[in-house]
Amino acid sequence: MLEVKDLHVTVEKKEILKGLNLTIKAGEVHAIMGPNGAGKSTLSAVIAGKEGYEVTSGSITFEGQDVLEMEIEERAQAGLLLGFQYPVEIPGVKNIYLLKAALNAQRAARGEGDMPAPEFMKLVKEKIAQMQMDPSFLQRAVNEGFSGGEKKRNEILQMLVLQPKLAMLDEIDSGLDIDAMRVVADGVNSLRDSKRAILLVTHYQRLLDYIVPDKVHVLMDGRIVKSGDAELAKELEVQGYEDIVEEPAA
Amino acid sequence: MATEEMEQLVRRDYKEGFVTDIESETVPPGLDESTIAFISNKKGEPDWMLQWRLDAYHQWLKMKSPSWAHLDYPPIDYQAISYYSAPKRPEDMPQSLDEVDPKLLETYEKLGIPLHERAALAGVAVDAVFDSVSVTTTFKKELGEAGVIFCSISDAIRDYPELIKQYLGTVVPVADNYFAALNSAVFTDGSFVFVPEGVTCPMELSTYFRINAANTGQFERTLIICESRAQVSYLEGCTAPMRDENQLHAAVVELVALEDAYIKYSTVQNWYPGDENGVGGIYNFVTKRGDCRGDRSRISWTQVETGSAITWKYPSCVLRGKESVGEFYSVAVTNGRQQADTGTKMIHIGEGTRSYIVSKGISAGRSNQSYRGLVKIGPRAKGARNFTQCDSLLIGDTSGAHTFPYQEIGNSTATVEHEATTSKIGEDQLFYCRSRGISEEDAVSMIVNGFCKDVFQELPMEFAVEAEALLNVTLEGAVG
Repeated sequence: MLEVKDLHVTVEKKEILKGLNLTIKAGEVHAIMGPNGAGKSTLSAVIAGKEGYEVTSGSITFEGQDVLEMEIEERAQAGLLLGFQYPVEIPGVKNIYLLKAALNAQRAARGEGDMPAPEFMKLVKEKIAQMQMDPSFLQRAVNEGFSGGEKKRNEILQMLVLQPKLAMLDEIDSGLDIDAMRVVADGVNSLRDSKRAILLVTHYQRLLDYIVPDKVHVLMDGRIVKSGDAELAKELEVQGYEDIVEEPAA
Repeated sequence: MATEEMEQLVRRDYKEGFVTDIESETVPPGLDESTIAFISNKKGEPDWMLQWRLDAYHQWLKMKSPSWAHLDYPPIDYQAISYYSAPKRPEDMPQSLDEVDPKLLETYEKLGIPLHERAALAGVAVDAVFDSVSVTTTFKKELGEAGVIFCSISDAIRDYPELIKQYLGTVVPVADNYFAALNSAVFTDGSFVFVPEGVTCPMELSTYFRINAANTGQFERTLIICESRAQVSYLEGCTAPMRDENQLHAAVVELVALEDAYIKYSTVQNWYPGDENGVGGIYNFVTKRGDCRGDRSRISWTQVETGSAITWKYPSCVLRGKESVGEFYSVAVTNGRQQADTGTKMIHIGEGTRSYIVSKGISAGRSNQSYRGLVKIGPRAKGARNFTQCDSLLIGDTSGAHTFPYQEIGNSTATVEHEATTSKIGEDQLFYCRSRGISEEDAVSMIVNGFCKDVFQELPMEFAVEAEALLNVTLEGAVG
C-alpha cells in the first residue's frame, strides 16, 4: 500500500531523514517509535505534504501513485489522512462544516456526489457517540477552546467519518488521560480492517497496550534502526532506545 | 454665469417638458452654479432647495480635498465630470443577456443570483425582465398602511418638504467635509425613509425594490428618520458587481433616531474595482452618519465592502441621547490593487452611552487597507463604554494592513477597550484543511468566512448568504 524508499528529507538545511525505508501493507498496523528529534513527526508530515520539508532524494508511493507529485488535498483524497499532534484552531468555522466539506471534497474526487444531508447527519451522530463526545462539539468552531484531549478525540472523529485507507496518527496519545486514551484507542481499533492500514507515531509504549501493532519500528537519527513485532515495543520500554540499538539487529 | 444663459437653460428645459427630457439630456462636463440650477430644475425642486445646494457649492469651493487618508490616487478633475446624466433609453441598453459581457454573467452565476435579477443587474432593458412592478405595488400598499414613507429623495423634496427642511443636513452639515459638500450641491438620487412614532417597519427596506434604483446615482443622498419607538432595517447595495461609467462616487447617508428608536443599516458594496492594474475602478468617497438623538436610541451599521478601486468611508454614530447605543460591524476585503481606508467614529455625548465596533479587514494581492477609528467621549458622557475589536488578515506577502485607532477621552468614568490583531492567513490552518482533502481555494474561503463570522451574523439572513458567496468570488485567485 505505502512504500517509502531511501527517503532523505531536509528541514531548514538540516537533514532530518537520512535514508528511511518503510513498507506498509493493507490490513497492517505499524508503530514508529523513537526518541525526541529522531524524525518521527517529519515522516508523517512529509507523507501528508506539509510545506517546509525538502525531499532531497528517495520516493514515496501509495497504491502505485507517486505521492511526492501530488498536492496536499490530492493525497487526502487518495486516502492518506494525517491525525495531528497539535490540531490548529480555526475560529468561526464550525466543526460540522469542516467535516462535511472534507467528506464531500473526497467524494467529489472519487466522482461521487455530495452525501445527502440526512445520511451525513446520521453518520456523524453515530461516530460522535462512538467517540463519547457531546453533539454540541459539532456546532463549535474547529478546535477552538477544546482541551488537549478533546482535540485528539476530534481528530479520530474525523478519521471515523472520512474512513481513510491509511490513517497516520502523530503522537495521538500525548496529553490524554487513561479514560480518553481508551476512547481514542477504541476509535482507532474500529478502523482496523483488511483493506486499511494504520501508522502510529508515538514516543511511549503505553498507547500500544491499547492499539496492538503488527510491526514496530525504531527510528533514530533519521533511519529505521530496528524493526520487530509488538514485543519490540515492550523491550524498548524496559531497555530504552540507546541500549536496544546496540544489540545486533533482529 | 450670466443670467440669460441660465434662463435659457431653464427655458429650454421647460419647453421640452420633463418626461421626454429625462430620456435625452445629459449636462456637459463641468461644475458651476448653472449646473446646480439645471439639476435642481430637472428635479422640479422648490427654490429653497436650490438655495441650499448653492450654499453647499459655495462652501465646497472654499474647501480642500482631504489628504490624510492612507490612499494614493491622482487628483480628481471636478470640471471633467458630468453631474447629471439621464437614465439610458431602453433601446440603448442590451436587449437580452446574450449581449452582456460573459464574464459578468459568470460572476452572477457564482453568486447564485436568480435569473430574472441577472438581467436587471446587467442593465438589460428593464421591461423585458422585471416583474417588480407588481412586487412594488404590493409592498407600497403594505408600507402605506403602516404609515411608513419610502420613496426617492427627489420625490420627498416635492412631497414632504417639511420633513426635508427639518432633517436634511442636520446629521451631516453641508460643509462637513469636502465630499459631503460636493454631494449636497449636486446630489441627484437616493432614498428617503420616514417611520412614524411607535411603528416597526413591516419589512426590510431595500434600494433594490425602489423603482428607478437600477440606475444608481453618482451622488446619492439618503435620509432615514425613525420617530420615537420606531424601527427599521434598511439594506443598501447589492452583492452583484455593479458597473458604472462614473468613476467618482460621493454619497451621503444621514440617519436620525429619536427616543427608543432603532435603525439597522446594512450595506454590501461591490463596485467595479478596476482591472488587474487598478485602471477604471470606482472611487468611493462616502459620508455616512447616524444621530442617536433620543434617549435609548440605537443605530447599527453593518457593512461588507469588497468593491471599488478606492474606498474612503467611515459610518459613524453621534450618541447624543442618554444610554443610546452605536454599533459598527464591518468586513472589508481588498484584492488586486484596491485601496481602502475605512472605519468608524463613535462620538459619545450623552450619559451612559455605549458603542461597539467589530472590524474585519482582509487584504490580498497587492492591495492596501487601513482601519481608522475614532472613539470620542465627551465630558458629559458619564459612564460611557466602548469596545473595539479590530482584526486584519493578510493573504500572501504583497498586501498591507494598517490600523489607526484614535481615542479622545473627556471624562474619567468612561471605559474604553481596544483589541487589535493582525495575522497572516495561517499556513497551519491551510495545511490542516487541505490535508482533509479540501482544495486550497475552498480552504481559504472557509478560513476567511470563519474570520468574518462575527460580522456576517449581524447581516439580515439572505444578505449573509450572498455576502459569503461574494467574499469567495472576490478572493478568487488570491492564493497560489
